[in-house]
Order: sequence, then structure tokens, then C-alpha cells
Amino acid sequence: MIEQIPHILVLLGLIASAILTYYFKDLLAATLAAGLFSFLISLEFYILQAPDVAISQAAIGAGLTTAIFIIAIGATGRFEGESS
Amino acid sequence: MSRIVRTAADIIYPFILIFGLYVVAHGHLTPGGGFQGGAVIATGGALVIVAYSYAEVREWLSKNVLMGQEVIGLVGFIGVALIAFAFGQVFFFNYLNASGSLFGIPVPYGINAGELNTGGFVPLMNFSVGCEVWGGLTLVILYMLSGLEKEGC
Repeated sequence: MIEQIPHILVLLGLIASAILTYYFKDLLAATLAAGLFSFLISLEFYILQAPDVAISQAAIGAGLTTAIFIIAIGATGRFEGESS
Repeated sequence: MSRIVRTAADIIYPFILIFGLYVVAHGHLTPGGGFQGGAVIATGGALVIVAYSYAEVREWLSKNVLMGQEVIGLVGFIGVALIAFAFGQVFFFNYLNASGSLFGIPVPYGINAGELNTGGFVPLMNFSVGCEVWGGLTLVILYMLSGLEKEGC
């Protein structure tokens, strides 16, 4: 039972970061919450003994997509409904 | 971005590069491989691209060099596989395995720490894929940033 605690914490963090991504109106904060979701799901892959997938997820999900979203926010508006 | 982000990116970038090259080079022994290592290196490139402006990045990361990396990776991958025909074997035959030459040591029996010089042409495939993914994924971010510059933002 005691070894299940990190697993449960990661799953709760996944749900919390997904809800935060949905409710943030500041798009930069929403992007960082999505990056946190990617990091936690790569941790989950590692716990489920798929380190190969975990490296891909950490590099692509937490690194590259966050960078692409930050560049896209720089080109448009930072808040929802705003068009600069 | 701010001076703090730029300094941190300068310091972290070589370490990300070395770690990605490590993942590529040990692809046949440990988790990871060409794609994962190339993606890690491209993440380092994305960090530098996000931290600096396009005019500064353009001097360090050339689109032609990255595209050349992509071409070299793809041609190397298919070329290494095609050399098997010269030995009278089928496509993708592992002609370097246990041959005594490059990456040609037979895999030691039993529990061992992992011999790097094994695997035949699998490490060469990993190097090709790593080179290709490095160029391709960095090029995606670079083109996105250059399109942003044209809009004048």
C-alpha cells in the first residue's frame, strides 16, 4: 500500500493540472499548466515501467509543445478573447 | 526575454546537448534511442530559440545546416540499410553484427554492465535518426519564429 502513494499523488496532480489548464484565462499560465501535465504524465509512464515513452513525453510534451505555445502566444494575445 | 532567462539558457544548453548525445549513443543499451535523444537535443535548441530573438538566433542556427542534417540522417539511414545488398543479403540485414569491426563485438553472455561496442549497425541507425530528429524538430520551431518575425510582432 505504501508504494502506491506516489502513484496516487501523481494521478491527483494530473487531474488538478488538467482542471487548471481548462480554467486559466491567462494563456501563458494555461500553457505552463499543460507543461506540468506533460511532466506528470511522463512521471506516470516511468512509474508504469515505460522509461522509453517517458523520455519522449518529457522532451516533446513538456519541452517542444510548450515552446511552440509560448511563441504562438507571443504572436497573438496573452488573454482569452483578446486579439492584438 | 530577460537577462536571467538568457543566462540560464546559456548555462543549461551544453548539458542538454551532452545528455541528448548520450541517449543517442547508448540507444542500443539503455531506454531511449535516436528519436528520444534527438528530441532532447531539439528541446535544448527550443530553449535557446525561446530565450533569444530571431535576429540573434539566426546567426547561430542556420536553416540550411539543419536541413542538411535532416538530409544526412535520412540518406544515412537508408544507405546503411542498402549496403546489405553489397554483401548479398536482404534489405536491413545486420552485416556488422559480431563481425569484429565497428560495433562488432558479440554480446557477452550473462549479467553484465552493457558493452557499448556491440549491436552491429543499430548504433549507426540511432546516430542517423538522432541527426534527423535534431534537425527536423529544431527547424519546426525556427520556422515558426521566422513566420512571427515577418508579421512584425
